[in-house]
Amino acid sequence: VNIVVCVKQVPDTEAPIRIKPDGSGIEETGLNLVMNYYDEHATEAGLRLRGQFGGAVTLVSVGPERAKEALRTGLAMGADEAILVTDPALEGADHLGVARVLATVIATLPHDVVICGKISTDDNAGIVGPALAEYLNLPQATAIAYLEADGSGSSAVVHREVEGGVEVLQVPFPAVLTVERSLNEPRYPSLPGIMKAKRKEIKTLTLASVGLDAPSVGGAAARTVLVTLAAPPKRKAGRIVEEDADQAAAAIVAFLKDEAKVL
Amino acid sequence: MNQDVWVVVEHQQGAPKKLSLELVSCARAIAGAGSSGKVVAFVPGSGVGQVAGALGTRGADIVYTADHPLLQQYTTDGYAAVLAEALRAESPAVVLMGAAAQGRDLAPRLAARLGAGLITDCTGLEVREGVLVATRPLYTRKAIGTVRFSGSGTRIAVVLPAMYPVPAAQANRRAEIRSWPVHLDAKTIRTVVREVKTIQRETIPLIEADIVVSGGRGMKGPENFALLDALARALGAAVGSSRPPVDSGWVPHDYEIGQTGKTVSPQVYLACGISGAPQHLAGMSGSKYIIAINKDPNAPLFQLADLGVVGDIFQIVPKLTEAVKRAKSPS
Repeated sequence: VNIVVCVKQVPDTEAPIRIKPDGSGIEETGLNLVMNYYDEHATEAGLRLRGQFGGAVTLVSVGPERAKEALRTGLAMGADEAILVTDPALEGADHLGVARVLATVIATLPHDVVICGKISTDDNAGIVGPALAEYLNLPQATAIAYLEADGSGSSAVVHREVEGGVEVLQVPFPAVLTVERSLNEPRYPSLPGIMKAKRKEIKTLTLASVGLDAPSVGGAAARTVLVTLAAPPKRKAGRIVEEDADQAAAAIVAFLKDEAKVL
Repeated sequence: MNQDVWVVVEHQQGAPKKLSLELVSCARAIAGAGSSGKVVAFVPGSGVGQVAGALGTRGADIVYTADHPLLQQYTTDGYAAVLAEALRAESPAVVLMGAAAQGRDLAPRLAARLGAGLITDCTGLEVREGVLVATRPLYTRKAIGTVRFSGSGTRIAVVLPAMYPVPAAQANRRAEIRSWPVHLDAKTIRTVVREVKTIQRETIPLIEADIVVSGGRGMKGPENFALLDALARALGAAVGSSRPPVDSGWVPHDYEIGQTGKTVSPQVYLACGISGAPQHLAGMSGSKYIIAINKDPNAPLFQLADLGVVGDIFQIVPKLTEAVKRAKSPS
């Protein structure tokens, strides 16, 4: 089974971010960048399918040169190959543009299953996976929390969390899957894995080398544009009470009635 | 392209879901700000006639019922095919979908097919100088982005729950109800929905809740979530959790609120035994009011809470449940 996993490099969610004074984005200096959390789950899912059926796991990313570090994380986990599409002309591309680039690259690779994280923790958009499925003309199953491929590796039964229940879906391969964190527990890269990943060559492609041009996928084609980024409204600490349980309960009821007006 | 604003309606048991009605409010606000735009509700499903009436009284001008046996259950392929055809034919200015399982799955697929602009997880939409602008959280809610649509063609916005009110029903208001002709071949649908296992809960779903009662590590074990269930039932609230109870297997993953779970913005968020890690704040700091109960006076959540109660949840929550019941009883 040939598996392609899409990977994005994002700021570590544990660390604070600094918004640029002009609101055009976040400060890059001092930023700790990591593989998107959900992409670790996607990589793990790919490695498990490879373990079950054999084949190869190829990682693909679109981003600046530094995104190679996120790809190395995936290689250290055990992925076989990694490809980065990097091009200054991608500046300002929207999610559909990025999906178009990924689709163009993946179309040239053998792919029985394409796996993405359900969202990336920077933009929180969740657009690339399903858009990629559309561009590749493949069926999709998004935000899956359970995956069981059939014995021949030609389809899978997946579970999706929906409001008030779980949808059990059968998806024929090739397909695009996006994964929820409860799908699996990503393995830690082993030391030999890390050493091996350091020596692996990461194939670097430009827009021209994949046969795309900036007007079709870059900023000029973007249908959405970030106007400004701001800090969220600051919440102030309110009243603190430290009383016995009866008084505490009374204080909460009074708050629900008089301030929140929900009682 | 016309100036109409479409709402893709989700429904259950013959009634529009709360989130879809909230989208009607949002659509009215946008359509009102533009010129002569109409609010159009598009209702895909099977046997959906009943759903249409309720949308008229709540503010839709036109309701399309797209009725077909193959639309009985949501599938990406089936719904994308029907909506793509409808949107190509009618070219509305804006299409609204709810940020829930269906909208998140469908909107990107549809946007890619149509070349439409797409903004997901919107907390608000407004027309500024003729341009449709959305606000949305980014970087796990550490920043709020203002994003605008550009270029021509349909614009799709996926809106988070609880951002707009449910419009009041006006008994004498009617929408024009039209039947949308569905052309759908079973072969178009490549996935098979084997079943939808419903999980019965005595409390309401998180997505529809004005009040959320949430438990953290301080709940100490799965059995203690019964205390929160009781409180939630008394309040008419939903029950959620931070990440540790999920990781410990005390509650299922769909309880989780936070960076790796759901985003909620209820009127009141009542956090019990939740310290307030950034990962949790990412999912709930948009709540209107936050109440925190925690033994530890240094819990970071107290820095954000409108009301902080330092104390033992196991003593306070049962008393609170009784006090709420008393406050709600007619006597």
